[in-house]
Amino acid sequence: MKKLSFYFLFLSISITSFAKNNADTINAGLKLPAGFSATKISEGLGRARHIVVSQQGTIFYKSSKLVNGKGIFQLKNLNGKAELITSFGKYIGTGIAIRNGYLYASSDEEVFRYKLNEKDEVLNPDQPEKIITGLINRHQHESKSIAFDNDGNIYVNIGAYANACQEKDRTLHSKGRMPCPVLDSAGGIWQFKADKLNQTYADGIRYATGLRNVVGLDWNAQTNSLFVMQHGRDQLHDNWPEFYDTKQSAELPAETMYELHRGSNCGWPFIYYDPMQHKKMLAPEYGGDGKKSWDEYLNENKNGGLVIVNYKYNQDKTSLINDMDYARKAYDKTIQDPAIAFPAHMGPNALLFYTGNQFPEKYKNGAFIAFHGSWNRAPELQKGYFVVFVPFKNGKPTGEWEIFADNFAGGDQFMEPNKAQHRPCGLAQGPDGSLYVSDDVKGAVYKISYKK
Amino acid sequence: MKKIFSVILFLLFVVFVNAQTNQQTLKASIDRGQKIYFKVCLSCHMLDGGGVPHMNPPLSQSSYVLGDKAKIIYIILHGLETREPIDDEYYSNNMAAHTDLNNQQIADVLTYVRNSFGNKASAVSVAEVKAVRSKKK
Ligand code: HEC
Repeated sequence: MKKLSFYFLFLSISITSFAKNNADTINAGLKLPAGFSATKISEGLGRARHIVVSQQGTIFYKSSKLVNGKGIFQLKNLNGKAELITSFGKYIGTGIAIRNGYLYASSDEEVFRYKLNEKDEVLNPDQPEKIITGLINRHQHESKSIAFDNDGNIYVNIGAYANACQEKDRTLHSKGRMPCPVLDSAGGIWQFKADKLNQTYADGIRYATGLRNVVGLDWNAQTNSLFVMQHGRDQLHDNWPEFYDTKQSAELPAETMYELHRGSNCGWPFIYYDPMQHKKMLAPEYGGDGKKSWDEYLNENKNGGLVIVNYKYNQDKTSLINDMDYARKAYDKTIQDPAIAFPAHMGPNALLFYTGNQFPEKYKNGAFIAFHGSWNRAPELQKGYFVVFVPFKNGKPTGEWEIFADNFAGGDQFMEPNKAQHRPCGLAQGPDGSLYVSDDVKGAVYKISYKK
Repeated sequence: MKKIFSVILFLLFVVFVNAQTNQQTLKASIDRGQKIYFKVCLSCHMLDGGGVPHMNPPLSQSSYVLGDKAKIIYIILHGLETREPIDDEYYSNNMAAHTDLNNQQIADVLTYVRNSFGNKASAVSVAEVKAVRSKKK
Protein backbone atom coordinates (compact mmCIF):
# COMPACT_ATOMS: atom_id res chain seq x y z
CA MET A 1 0.00 0.00 0.00
CA LYS A 2 2.76 2.29 1.03
CA LYS A 3 4.55 1.44 -2.16
CA LEU A 4 1.43 2.15 -4.16
CA SER A 5 0.89 5.62 -2.66
CA PHE A 6 4.52 6.36 -3.33
CA TYR A 7 3.92 5.39 -6.92
CA PHE A 8 0.88 7.71 -7.12
CA LEU A 9 2.88 10.53 -5.64
CA PHE A 10 5.53 10.01 -8.26
CA LEU A 11 2.92 9.85 -11.00
CA SER A 12 1.20 13.05 -9.92
CA ILE A 13 4.53 14.86 -9.71
CA SER A 14 5.41 13.83 -13.21
CA ILE A 15 1.96 14.83 -14.45
CA THR A 16 2.20 18.30 -12.91
CA SER A 17 5.64 18.84 -14.30
CA PHE A 18 4.42 17.69 -17.69
CA ALA A 19 1.44 20.04 -17.45
CA LYS A 20 3.85 22.84 -16.62
CA ASN A 21 6.07 22.11 -19.60
CA ASN A 22 3.05 21.95 -21.81
CA ALA A 23 1.73 25.27 -20.50
CA ASP A 24 5.04 26.87 -21.38
CA THR A 25 4.56 26.06 -25.01
CA ILE A 26 0.82 26.71 -25.17
CA ASN A 27 0.43 30.44 -25.88
CA ALA A 28 4.13 30.90 -25.14
CA GLY A 29 3.31 30.59 -21.43
CA LEU A 30 0.83 33.50 -21.47
CA LYS A 31 -2.66 33.44 -19.98
CA LEU A 32 -5.20 34.92 -22.39
CA PRO A 33 -8.99 35.28 -22.67
CA ALA A 34 -10.84 32.50 -24.53
CA GLY A 35 -10.39 32.59 -28.28
CA PHE A 36 -7.00 34.33 -28.15
CA SER A 37 -3.68 32.64 -28.81
CA ALA A 38 -0.08 33.81 -28.57
CA THR A 39 3.23 32.80 -30.09
CA LYS A 40 6.68 34.00 -29.20
CA ILE A 41 8.01 34.92 -32.61
CA SER A 42 11.46 36.11 -31.57
CA GLU A 43 13.74 36.15 -28.54
CA GLY A 44 17.27 36.96 -27.49
CA LEU A 45 18.04 40.12 -29.46
CA GLY A 46 18.74 43.03 -27.14
CA ARG A 47 16.14 44.48 -24.78
CA ALA A 48 13.02 45.26 -26.79
CA ARG A 49 11.51 48.54 -25.60
CA HIS A 50 8.91 49.99 -27.99
CA ILE A 51 7.82 48.17 -31.14
CA VAL A 52 6.02 49.05 -34.38
CA VAL A 53 4.68 46.93 -37.26
CA SER A 54 4.34 48.38 -40.78
CA GLN A 55 1.41 47.96 -43.16
CA GLN A 56 3.40 45.20 -44.86
CA GLY A 57 3.97 43.41 -41.57
CA THR A 58 7.62 44.38 -41.07
CA ILE A 59 8.53 44.57 -37.38
CA PHE A 60 10.89 47.21 -35.97
CA TYR A 61 11.82 47.55 -32.32
CA LYS A 62 14.08 49.81 -30.32
CA SER A 63 16.48 48.22 -27.87
CA SER A 64 17.93 49.65 -24.67
CA LYS A 65 21.02 47.53 -25.23
CA LEU A 66 23.24 47.51 -28.30
CA VAL A 67 23.92 44.23 -30.07
CA ASN A 68 27.00 44.41 -32.31
CA GLY A 69 26.79 48.17 -31.88
CA LYS A 70 23.18 48.43 -33.16
CA GLY A 71 19.98 49.40 -31.32
CA ILE A 72 17.15 49.08 -33.89
CA PHE A 73 16.11 45.64 -35.14
CA GLN A 74 14.10 44.95 -38.28
CA LEU A 75 12.34 41.58 -38.47
CA LYS A 76 10.03 39.83 -40.87
CA ASN A 77 7.34 37.42 -39.75
CA LEU A 78 7.74 34.11 -41.58
CA ASN A 79 5.51 31.13 -40.74
CA GLY A 80 5.09 31.95 -37.08
CA LYS A 81 8.73 32.95 -36.46
CA ALA A 82 10.27 36.34 -37.03
CA GLU A 83 13.61 36.52 -38.77
CA LEU A 84 16.12 39.31 -38.35
CA ILE A 85 16.50 41.21 -41.61
CA THR A 86 18.89 43.90 -40.48
CA SER A 87 19.89 46.09 -37.55
CA PHE A 88 21.05 49.69 -37.44
CA GLY A 89 21.02 52.81 -35.22
CA LYS A 90 24.14 53.12 -33.08
CA TYR A 91 22.31 54.30 -29.95
CA ILE A 92 20.15 52.85 -27.20
CA GLY A 93 16.64 54.18 -26.55
CA THR A 94 12.94 53.43 -26.30
CA GLY A 95 10.71 55.26 -28.82
CA ILE A 96 9.86 53.92 -32.29
CA ALA A 97 7.03 54.70 -34.73
CA ILE A 98 6.20 54.82 -38.45
CA ARG A 99 4.77 57.99 -39.99
CA ASN A 100 4.36 59.13 -43.60
CA GLY A 101 6.97 56.77 -45.03
CA TYR A 102 9.52 57.36 -42.27
CA LEU A 103 10.65 55.24 -39.36
CA TYR A 104 11.12 57.46 -36.28
CA ALA A 105 13.29 56.30 -33.36
CA SER A 106 14.54 58.00 -30.21
CA SER A 107 17.70 57.83 -28.15
CA ASP A 108 17.54 59.19 -24.61
CA GLU A 109 18.35 62.71 -25.89
CA GLU A 110 17.32 62.86 -29.57
CA VAL A 111 14.73 61.81 -32.12
CA PHE A 112 15.79 60.55 -35.58
CA ARG A 113 13.98 59.39 -38.69
CA TYR A 114 14.83 57.02 -41.53
CA LYS A 115 13.21 57.02 -44.97
CA LEU A 116 11.52 53.72 -45.85
CA ASN A 117 10.92 52.61 -49.44
CA GLU A 118 7.79 50.73 -50.60
CA LYS A 119 9.43 47.45 -49.53
CA ASP A 120 10.09 48.77 -46.00
CA GLU A 121 13.81 48.97 -46.66
CA VAL A 122 15.71 51.61 -44.74
CA LEU A 123 17.57 53.67 -47.32
CA ASN A 124 19.98 55.52 -45.07
CA PRO A 125 20.59 53.38 -41.99
CA ASP A 126 23.75 55.30 -41.09
CA GLN A 127 22.52 58.81 -41.95
CA PRO A 128 19.16 59.36 -40.30
CA GLU A 129 17.66 62.84 -40.25
CA LYS A 130 17.85 64.42 -36.83
CA ILE A 131 14.42 65.79 -35.92
CA ILE A 132 14.92 66.80 -32.29
CA THR A 133 18.14 67.24 -30.34
CA GLY A 134 19.43 68.27 -26.91
CA LEU A 135 16.70 66.83 -24.70
CA ILE A 136 17.60 66.43 -21.08
CA ASN A 137 18.91 63.04 -19.89
CA ARG A 138 19.91 62.87 -16.24
CA HIS A 139 20.10 59.23 -15.47
CA GLN A 140 16.52 58.83 -14.33
CA HIS A 141 13.26 58.58 -16.33
CA GLU A 142 15.40 59.25 -19.38
CA SER A 143 13.49 57.37 -22.09
CA LYS A 144 11.96 59.58 -24.78
CA SER A 145 8.73 57.98 -26.00
CA ILE A 146 7.04 59.40 -29.08
CA ALA A 147 3.55 59.72 -30.63
CA PHE A 148 1.99 61.67 -33.53
CA ASP A 149 -1.23 63.59 -34.08
CA ASN A 150 -2.90 64.03 -37.46
CA ASP A 151 -1.71 67.62 -37.92
CA GLY A 152 2.00 67.05 -38.47
CA ASN A 153 3.13 67.16 -34.85
CA ILE A 154 5.23 64.77 -32.81
CA TYR A 155 4.88 64.47 -29.02
CA VAL A 156 7.85 63.53 -26.84
CA ASN A 157 7.89 62.59 -23.19
CA ILE A 158 10.63 64.26 -21.18
CA GLY A 159 10.57 62.54 -17.79
CA ALA A 160 11.46 64.31 -14.55
CA TYR A 161 15.01 63.60 -13.38
CA ALA A 162 13.76 63.20 -9.83
CA ASN A 163 11.30 61.20 -7.78
CA ALA A 164 9.46 64.04 -6.07
CA CYS A 165 11.51 67.20 -6.77
CA GLN A 166 13.11 67.05 -3.32
CA GLU A 167 16.07 69.18 -2.33
CA LYS A 168 17.91 65.85 -2.23
CA ASP A 169 16.46 63.13 -4.45
CA ARG A 170 14.97 60.12 -2.62
CA THR A 171 16.34 61.27 0.73
CA LEU A 172 14.63 60.81 4.09
CA HIS A 173 12.62 63.93 5.04
CA SER A 174 14.04 66.04 2.22
CA LYS A 175 11.56 68.79 1.35
CA GLY A 176 10.16 69.64 -2.07
CA ARG A 177 11.95 72.37 -4.00
CA MET A 178 9.85 75.47 -4.41
CA PRO A 179 9.45 76.33 -7.18
CA CYS A 180 10.33 73.00 -8.78
CA PRO A 181 13.03 73.79 -11.37
CA VAL A 182 12.80 70.36 -13.00
CA LEU A 183 9.59 71.49 -14.72
CA ASP A 184 11.35 74.08 -16.89
CA SER A 185 12.78 71.39 -19.15
CA ALA A 186 11.30 68.06 -18.04
CA GLY A 187 8.36 66.49 -16.21
CA GLY A 188 5.99 66.89 -19.15
CA ILE A 189 5.14 66.30 -22.79
CA TRP A 190 6.70 68.51 -25.46
CA GLN A 191 5.28 69.06 -28.93
CA PHE A 192 7.50 69.50 -32.02
CA LYS A 193 7.00 69.48 -35.78
CA ALA A 194 7.22 65.96 -37.19
CA ASP A 195 9.16 66.98 -40.32
CA LYS A 196 11.43 69.85 -39.26
CA LEU A 197 15.10 69.07 -38.71
CA ASN A 198 17.33 69.87 -35.72
CA GLN A 199 14.65 71.21 -33.40
CA THR A 200 15.65 72.06 -29.83
CA TYR A 201 13.66 73.09 -26.74
CA ALA A 202 13.28 76.57 -28.24
CA ASP A 203 11.39 75.14 -31.23
CA GLY A 204 9.06 73.06 -29.10
CA ILE A 205 6.01 73.70 -27.01
CA ARG A 206 5.63 72.51 -23.46
CA TYR A 207 2.33 70.83 -24.31
CA ALA A 208 1.55 69.43 -20.85
CA THR A 209 3.32 69.69 -17.50
CA GLY A 210 3.27 68.07 -14.07
CA LEU A 211 3.88 64.56 -15.40
CA ARG A 212 6.60 62.71 -13.51
CA ASN A 213 7.39 60.15 -16.17
CA VAL A 214 5.41 58.91 -19.13
CA VAL A 215 6.66 55.92 -21.09
CA GLY A 216 3.37 54.83 -22.71
CA LEU A 217 1.46 57.35 -24.80
CA ASP A 218 -0.81 57.19 -27.87
CA TRP A 219 -2.94 59.48 -29.99
CA ASN A 220 -6.63 58.66 -29.81
CA ALA A 221 -8.10 59.17 -33.28
CA GLN A 222 -11.66 59.16 -31.94
CA THR A 223 -11.21 61.99 -29.47
CA ASN A 224 -8.40 63.55 -31.53
CA SER A 225 -6.34 63.92 -28.35
CA LEU A 226 -3.22 62.55 -26.69
CA PHE A 227 -3.55 60.01 -23.89
CA VAL A 228 -0.61 59.23 -21.59
CA MET A 229 0.20 56.82 -18.76
CA GLN A 230 2.12 58.33 -15.84
CA HIS A 231 4.48 56.40 -13.58
CA GLY A 232 3.49 57.53 -10.09
CA ARG A 233 6.12 58.54 -7.54
CA ASP A 234 8.10 56.05 -5.40
CA GLN A 235 9.22 55.66 -1.81
CA LEU A 236 6.46 57.21 0.32
CA HIS A 237 7.45 54.97 3.22
CA ASP A 238 11.24 55.21 2.75
CA ASN A 239 11.19 59.01 2.84
CA TRP A 240 8.14 59.65 5.08
CA PRO A 241 7.84 56.62 7.41
CA GLU A 242 5.82 58.62 9.94
CA PHE A 243 2.96 59.01 7.42
CA TYR A 244 3.06 55.74 5.47
CA ASP A 245 3.82 52.17 6.55
CA THR A 246 5.29 49.69 4.07
CA LYS A 247 1.82 48.31 3.18
CA GLN A 248 0.39 51.77 2.40
CA SER A 249 3.53 52.63 0.48
CA ALA A 250 3.06 49.52 -1.68
CA GLU A 251 -0.50 50.60 -2.63
CA LEU A 252 0.16 54.34 -3.08
CA PRO A 253 0.02 56.27 -5.32
CA ALA A 254 -1.99 55.18 -8.38
CA GLU A 255 -0.56 54.74 -11.85
CA THR A 256 -2.69 57.17 -13.83
CA MET A 257 -4.00 57.71 -17.35
CA TYR A 258 -4.60 61.30 -18.52
CA GLU A 259 -6.24 62.78 -21.57
CA LEU A 260 -4.10 65.80 -22.38
CA HIS A 261 -4.83 69.12 -24.03
CA ARG A 262 -2.45 71.95 -24.66
CA GLY A 263 -1.68 73.49 -21.26
CA SER A 264 -2.72 70.47 -19.16
CA ASN A 265 -1.18 70.25 -15.69
CA CYS A 266 -1.26 66.85 -14.00
CA GLY A 267 0.20 68.06 -10.71
CA TRP A 268 3.56 66.36 -10.16
CA PRO A 269 5.39 66.96 -7.78
CA PHE A 270 2.76 68.72 -5.65
CA ILE A 271 0.18 65.96 -5.67
CA TYR A 272 -0.18 62.23 -6.09
CA TYR A 273 -3.36 60.31 -6.78
CA ASP A 274 -4.80 57.97 -4.15
CA PRO A 275 -6.56 55.09 -5.96
CA MET A 276 -8.52 53.97 -2.89
CA GLN A 277 -9.93 57.38 -1.95
CA HIS A 278 -10.09 58.56 -5.59
CA LYS A 279 -8.50 61.83 -4.57
CA LYS A 280 -5.57 64.05 -5.45
CA MET A 281 -3.44 64.25 -2.30
CA LEU A 282 -0.92 66.89 -1.21
CA ALA A 283 2.57 65.32 -1.49
CA PRO A 284 4.47 64.98 1.82
CA GLU A 285 7.40 66.92 0.30
CA TYR A 286 5.07 69.96 0.07
CA GLY A 287 3.41 69.72 3.48
CA GLY A 288 1.13 66.70 3.01
CA ASP A 289 0.72 64.01 5.66
CA GLY A 290 -1.03 61.21 3.79
CA LYS A 291 -4.40 62.65 4.83
CA LYS A 292 -4.63 66.14 3.39
CA SER A 293 -6.20 66.22 -0.07
CA TRP A 294 -5.34 68.77 -2.76
CA ASP A 295 -8.87 70.22 -2.52
CA GLU A 296 -8.40 70.81 1.20
CA TYR A 297 -5.10 72.52 0.48
CA LEU A 298 -6.72 74.77 -2.14
CA ASN A 299 -9.46 75.72 0.32
CA GLU A 300 -6.74 77.00 2.63
CA ASN A 301 -4.82 78.64 -0.24
CA LYS A 302 -7.45 80.23 -2.42
CA ASN A 303 -4.88 81.94 -4.65
CA GLY A 304 -3.63 78.56 -5.87
CA GLY A 305 -0.57 78.37 -3.62
CA LEU A 306 2.19 76.07 -4.84
CA VAL A 307 0.92 75.65 -8.36
CA ILE A 308 0.70 79.34 -9.21
CA VAL A 309 4.12 80.25 -7.80
CA ASN A 310 5.57 77.38 -9.74
CA TYR A 311 3.86 78.21 -13.02
CA LYS A 312 5.07 81.80 -12.91
CA TYR A 313 8.62 80.79 -12.09
CA ASN A 314 8.91 78.25 -14.85
CA GLN A 315 7.25 80.60 -17.32
CA ASP A 316 9.67 83.45 -16.58
CA LYS A 317 12.68 81.21 -16.43
CA THR A 318 12.35 79.61 -19.81
CA SER A 319 10.21 82.30 -21.50
CA LEU A 320 9.65 80.08 -24.50
CA ILE A 321 7.99 82.06 -27.26
CA ASN A 322 5.64 79.23 -28.04
CA ASP A 323 4.58 78.81 -24.48
CA MET A 324 1.51 81.09 -24.41
CA ASP A 325 -0.74 78.37 -23.09
CA TYR A 326 1.59 77.81 -20.21
CA ALA A 327 1.41 81.52 -19.44
CA ARG A 328 -2.36 81.55 -19.57
CA LYS A 329 -2.45 78.47 -17.37
CA ALA A 330 -0.33 80.28 -14.83
CA TYR A 331 -3.54 81.91 -13.66
CA ASP A 332 -5.50 78.70 -13.59
CA LYS A 333 -4.94 76.58 -10.53
CA THR A 334 -6.57 73.42 -11.85
CA ILE A 335 -4.74 70.15 -11.59
CA GLN A 336 -6.31 67.63 -13.90
CA ASP A 337 -7.97 64.43 -12.69
CA PRO A 338 -6.90 61.13 -14.24
CA ALA A 339 -9.14 59.50 -16.86
CA ILE A 340 -8.65 56.25 -14.95
CA ALA A 341 -6.38 55.07 -12.12
CA PHE A 342 -4.59 51.74 -11.69
CA PRO A 343 -2.90 50.06 -8.71
CA ALA A 344 0.43 51.52 -7.60
CA HIS A 345 3.94 50.99 -8.95
CA MET A 346 3.04 48.63 -11.84
CA GLY A 347 5.00 50.73 -14.37
CA PRO A 348 2.82 51.34 -17.46
CA ASN A 349 5.34 51.32 -20.32
CA ALA A 350 3.10 51.26 -23.40
CA LEU A 351 -0.35 52.47 -24.42
CA LEU A 352 -2.14 51.48 -27.62
CA PHE A 353 -5.65 52.28 -28.85
CA TYR A 354 -6.87 49.26 -30.75
CA THR A 355 -8.31 50.15 -34.14
CA GLY A 356 -8.12 46.72 -35.78
CA ASN A 357 -10.95 44.46 -36.92
CA GLN A 358 -9.57 41.07 -35.86
CA PHE A 359 -10.47 41.19 -32.13
CA PRO A 360 -14.10 41.05 -30.90
CA GLU A 361 -16.15 44.26 -31.06
CA LYS A 362 -15.59 45.25 -27.40
CA TYR A 363 -11.87 45.83 -28.05
CA LYS A 364 -12.43 48.36 -30.84
CA ASN A 365 -11.09 51.80 -29.85
CA GLY A 366 -10.32 50.56 -26.34
CA ALA A 367 -6.85 50.84 -24.76
CA PHE A 368 -4.24 48.17 -24.23
CA ILE A 369 -1.61 48.98 -21.62
CA ALA A 370 1.65 47.07 -21.14
CA PHE A 371 2.61 47.13 -17.45
CA HIS A 372 6.32 46.52 -16.98
CA GLY A 373 5.81 45.26 -13.41
CA SER A 374 6.62 46.81 -10.05
CA TRP A 375 9.75 47.06 -7.89
CA ASN A 376 8.72 49.61 -5.28
CA ARG A 377 6.25 47.28 -3.55
CA ALA A 378 8.97 45.40 -1.62
CA PRO A 379 8.74 43.93 1.01
CA GLU A 380 5.27 43.12 -0.39
CA LEU A 381 5.01 40.80 -3.41
CA GLN A 382 5.54 42.53 -6.76
CA LYS A 383 2.67 43.15 -9.18
CA GLY A 384 2.00 44.05 -12.78
CA TYR A 385 4.05 42.22 -15.44
CA PHE A 386 0.92 41.97 -17.63
CA VAL A 387 -1.03 43.62 -20.43
CA VAL A 388 -4.31 45.25 -19.44
CA PHE A 389 -7.35 46.18 -21.51
CA VAL A 390 -9.52 49.22 -20.78
CA PRO A 391 -12.82 49.43 -22.69
CA PHE A 392 -13.67 52.93 -23.99
CA LYS A 393 -17.05 54.43 -24.76
CA ASN A 394 -17.43 57.84 -26.38
CA GLY A 395 -13.74 58.50 -25.92
CA LYS A 396 -13.77 57.79 -22.17
CA PRO A 397 -12.72 54.69 -20.23
CA THR A 398 -15.82 52.92 -18.95
CA GLY A 399 -14.12 52.47 -15.62
CA GLU A 400 -13.52 48.72 -15.57
CA TRP A 401 -10.15 47.42 -16.67
CA GLU A 402 -9.19 43.80 -16.98
CA ILE A 403 -5.99 41.80 -17.26
CA PHE A 404 -5.73 40.78 -20.92
CA ALA A 405 -2.42 38.89 -21.15
CA ASP A 406 -0.79 37.59 -17.98
CA ASN A 407 2.14 35.47 -16.78
CA PHE A 408 4.96 37.21 -18.66
CA ALA A 409 7.00 36.85 -15.46
CA GLY A 410 6.36 33.10 -15.23
CA GLY A 411 4.62 33.21 -11.82
CA ASP A 412 3.23 35.88 -9.54
CA GLN A 413 4.57 35.03 -6.09
CA PHE A 414 7.87 36.85 -6.04
CA MET A 415 9.32 39.81 -4.22
CA GLU A 416 12.36 40.36 -6.43
CA PRO A 417 11.85 41.88 -9.91
CA ASN A 418 14.87 40.00 -11.27
CA LYS A 419 12.84 36.78 -10.87
CA ALA A 420 10.59 37.89 -13.77
CA GLN A 421 11.41 35.99 -16.94
CA HIS A 422 9.82 38.63 -19.16
CA ARG A 423 8.51 42.17 -18.68
CA PRO A 424 6.04 43.69 -21.17
CA CYS A 425 7.36 47.00 -22.46
CA GLY A 426 5.97 47.80 -25.91
CA LEU A 427 2.77 47.28 -27.90
CA ALA A 428 2.02 47.38 -31.62
CA GLN A 429 -0.91 46.55 -33.86
CA GLY A 430 -0.20 44.48 -36.97
CA PRO A 431 -1.91 45.09 -40.32
CA ASP A 432 -4.12 42.02 -39.73
CA GLY A 433 -5.21 43.37 -36.33
CA SER A 434 -2.93 41.13 -34.25
CA LEU A 435 -1.35 42.62 -31.13
CA TYR A 436 2.43 42.51 -30.68
CA VAL A 437 4.05 42.73 -27.24
CA SER A 438 7.79 43.34 -26.73
CA ASP A 439 9.83 42.40 -23.65
CA ASP A 440 12.97 44.09 -22.39
CA VAL A 441 14.36 41.26 -20.27
CA LYS A 442 15.21 38.83 -23.06
CA GLY A 443 14.12 40.80 -26.10
CA ALA A 444 11.12 38.56 -26.72
CA VAL A 445 8.38 39.52 -29.20
CA TYR A 446 4.92 37.99 -28.76
CA LYS A 447 2.14 37.99 -31.32
CA ILE A 448 -1.40 37.67 -29.95
CA SER A 449 -4.24 36.78 -32.32
CA TYR A 450 -7.94 35.99 -32.13
CA LYS A 451 -9.95 33.28 -33.83
CA LYS A 452 -13.69 32.80 -33.38
CA MET B 1 60.25 22.16 28.86
CA LYS B 2 57.03 21.80 30.75
CA LYS B 3 56.95 25.55 31.22
CA ILE B 4 57.32 26.21 27.51
CA PHE B 5 54.57 23.73 26.81
CA SER B 6 52.13 25.41 29.16
CA VAL B 7 52.98 28.83 27.70
CA ILE B 8 52.21 27.52 24.22
CA LEU B 9 49.02 26.00 25.51
CA PHE B 10 48.07 29.32 27.09
CA LEU B 11 48.83 31.23 23.89
CA LEU B 12 46.75 28.79 21.85
CA PHE B 13 43.92 29.30 24.32
CA VAL B 14 44.15 33.09 23.94
CA VAL B 15 44.06 32.81 20.15
CA PHE B 16 41.09 30.48 20.38
CA VAL B 17 39.12 32.74 22.71
CA ASN B 18 39.97 35.71 20.53
CA ALA B 19 38.76 33.94 17.43
CA GLN B 20 35.59 32.99 19.27
CA THR B 21 34.87 36.55 20.34
CA ASN B 22 35.74 37.80 16.85
CA GLN B 23 33.24 35.33 15.47
CA GLN B 24 30.70 36.53 18.00
CA THR B 25 31.24 40.21 17.29
CA LEU B 26 31.07 39.52 13.55
CA LYS B 27 27.79 37.67 14.00
CA ALA B 28 26.38 40.42 16.23
CA SER B 29 27.37 43.06 13.68
CA ILE B 30 25.78 41.08 10.83
CA ASP B 31 22.57 40.67 12.84
CA ARG B 32 22.35 44.39 13.58
CA GLY B 33 23.25 45.14 9.98
CA GLN B 34 20.47 42.92 8.67
CA LYS B 35 17.88 44.91 10.61
CA ILE B 36 19.19 48.14 9.07
CA TYR B 37 19.30 46.59 5.61
CA PHE B 38 15.66 45.48 5.87
CA LYS B 39 14.66 48.95 6.97
CA VAL B 40 16.63 51.19 4.59
CA CYS B 41 18.19 49.24 1.73
CA LEU B 42 15.82 46.38 0.91
CA SER B 43 13.25 48.52 -0.91
CA CYS B 44 15.79 49.18 -3.71
CA HIS B 45 18.38 46.39 -3.50
CA MET B 46 15.78 43.71 -2.61
CA LEU B 47 15.71 40.80 -0.16
CA ASP B 48 18.19 38.71 -2.13
CA GLY B 49 20.53 41.64 -2.86
CA GLY B 50 19.70 41.16 -6.54
CA GLY B 51 18.59 44.76 -7.14
CA VAL B 52 16.21 45.79 -9.93
CA PRO B 53 17.32 45.28 -13.55
CA HIS B 54 18.66 48.53 -15.10
CA MET B 55 17.49 50.49 -12.09
CA ASN B 56 19.14 49.52 -8.81
CA PRO B 57 22.37 47.50 -9.00
CA PRO B 58 22.78 44.11 -7.34
CA LEU B 59 24.89 43.84 -4.19
CA SER B 60 25.50 40.14 -4.66
CA GLN B 61 28.91 39.54 -6.25
CA SER B 62 29.27 43.26 -6.93
CA SER B 63 32.85 44.39 -7.47
CA TYR B 64 32.01 47.48 -5.37
CA VAL B 65 30.75 45.49 -2.40
CA LEU B 66 33.67 43.06 -2.47
CA GLY B 67 36.24 45.76 -3.26
CA ASP B 68 37.56 48.90 -1.56
CA LYS B 69 35.71 49.42 1.72
CA ALA B 70 36.32 53.18 1.74
CA LYS B 71 34.46 53.47 -1.55
CA ILE B 72 31.26 51.78 -0.35
CA ILE B 73 31.38 53.66 2.97
CA TYR B 74 31.55 56.84 0.90
CA ILE B 75 28.52 55.73 -1.15
CA ILE B 76 26.41 55.23 2.00
CA LEU B 77 27.51 58.61 3.38
CA HIS B 78 27.14 60.65 0.19
CA GLY B 79 24.88 58.63 -2.10
CA LEU B 80 25.68 57.77 -5.70
CA GLU B 81 24.65 59.53 -8.92
CA THR B 82 27.75 58.90 -11.01
CA ARG B 83 26.11 57.66 -14.24
CA GLU B 84 29.03 55.32 -14.65
CA PRO B 85 28.58 51.64 -15.38
CA ILE B 86 28.69 49.25 -12.43
CA ASP B 87 30.08 45.87 -13.51
CA ASP B 88 29.32 46.86 -17.14
CA GLU B 89 25.69 47.86 -16.56
CA TYR B 90 24.06 51.29 -16.31
CA TYR B 91 21.47 51.94 -13.62
CA SER B 92 18.77 54.58 -14.09
CA ASN B 93 18.24 55.65 -10.53
CA ASN B 94 19.90 57.69 -7.81
CA MET B 95 20.97 56.40 -4.46
CA ALA B 96 20.39 58.90 -1.67
CA ALA B 97 22.95 59.81 1.00
CA HIS B 98 22.15 58.05 4.25
CA THR B 99 23.28 60.77 6.63
CA ASP B 100 20.83 59.57 9.27
CA LEU B 101 22.92 56.43 9.87
CA ASN B 102 25.73 56.66 12.44
CA ASN B 103 29.19 55.09 12.11
CA GLN B 104 28.21 51.92 13.95
CA GLN B 105 25.10 51.45 11.80
CA ILE B 106 27.03 51.95 8.55
CA ALA B 107 29.72 49.51 9.70
CA ASP B 108 27.03 46.97 10.58
CA VAL B 109 24.99 47.27 7.40
CA LEU B 110 28.06 47.00 5.18
CA THR B 111 29.37 44.07 7.21
CA TYR B 112 25.98 42.43 6.64
CA VAL B 113 26.08 43.17 2.88
CA ARG B 114 29.65 41.87 2.56
CA ASN B 115 28.62 38.63 4.26
CA SER B 116 25.25 37.96 2.60
CA PHE B 117 23.82 37.16 -0.85
CA GLY B 118 26.74 34.80 -1.46
CA ASN B 119 29.34 37.47 -0.57
CA LYS B 120 32.18 36.65 1.80
CA ALA B 121 34.46 39.53 2.78
CA SER B 122 35.96 41.08 5.87
CA ALA B 123 33.92 43.15 8.31
CA VAL B 124 33.73 46.95 8.11
CA SER B 125 34.79 48.58 11.38
CA VAL B 126 33.52 51.74 13.03
CA ALA B 127 37.04 53.18 12.75
CA GLU B 128 36.99 52.70 8.97
CA VAL B 129 33.66 54.51 8.68
CA LYS B 130 34.94 57.29 10.93
CA ALA B 131 38.00 57.75 8.74
CA VAL B 132 35.91 58.18 5.58
CA ARG B 133 33.42 60.49 7.28
CA SER B 134 36.18 62.79 8.52
CA LYS B 135 37.58 63.24 5.01
CA LYS B 136 36.25 66.20 3.03
CA LYS B 137 33.59 65.38 0.44
C1 HEC C 1 16.55 54.64 -3.73
C2 HEC C 1 17.01 53.29 -3.87
C3 HEC C 1 18.24 52.87 -3.06
C4 HEC C 1 18.35 52.70 -1.70
C5 HEC C 1 17.28 52.92 -0.63
C6 HEC C 1 19.70 52.23 -1.48
N1 HEC C 1 20.38 52.16 -2.65
FE1 HEC C 1 22.30 51.52 -2.92
N2 HEC C 1 22.21 52.06 -4.86
C7 HEC C 1 21.08 52.49 -5.53
C8 HEC C 1 21.43 52.87 -6.88
C9 HEC C 1 20.46 53.40 -7.93
C10 HEC C 1 22.82 52.67 -7.00
C11 HEC C 1 23.67 52.96 -8.26
C12 HEC C 1 23.74 54.47 -8.52
C13 HEC C 1 24.46 54.85 -9.79
O1 HEC C 1 24.61 54.01 -10.68
O2 HEC C 1 24.83 56.02 -9.91
C14 HEC C 1 23.27 52.13 -5.73
C15 HEC C 1 24.60 51.71 -5.45
C16 HEC C 1 24.98 51.04 -4.32
C17 HEC C 1 26.27 50.42 -4.10
C18 HEC C 1 27.44 50.39 -5.09
C19 HEC C 1 27.16 49.59 -6.33
C20 HEC C 1 26.96 48.10 -6.10
O3 HEC C 1 26.12 47.52 -6.82
O4 HEC C 1 27.62 47.50 -5.24
C21 HEC C 1 26.26 49.87 -2.84
C22 HEC C 1 27.37 49.11 -2.16
C23 HEC C 1 24.94 50.18 -2.27
N3 HEC C 1 24.21 50.87 -3.19
C24 HEC C 1 24.55 49.81 -0.99
C25 HEC C 1 23.38 50.26 -0.37
C26 HEC C 1 23.08 50.07 1.02
C27 HEC C 1 23.94 49.32 2.01
C28 HEC C 1 21.88 50.69 1.24
C29 HEC C 1 21.15 50.87 2.57
C30 HEC C 1 21.89 51.62 3.56
C31 HEC C 1 21.43 51.24 -0.02
N4 HEC C 1 22.38 50.96 -0.97
C32 HEC C 1 20.21 51.90 -0.22
C33 HEC C 1 19.81 52.59 -4.99
C34 HEC C 1 19.51 52.53 -3.64
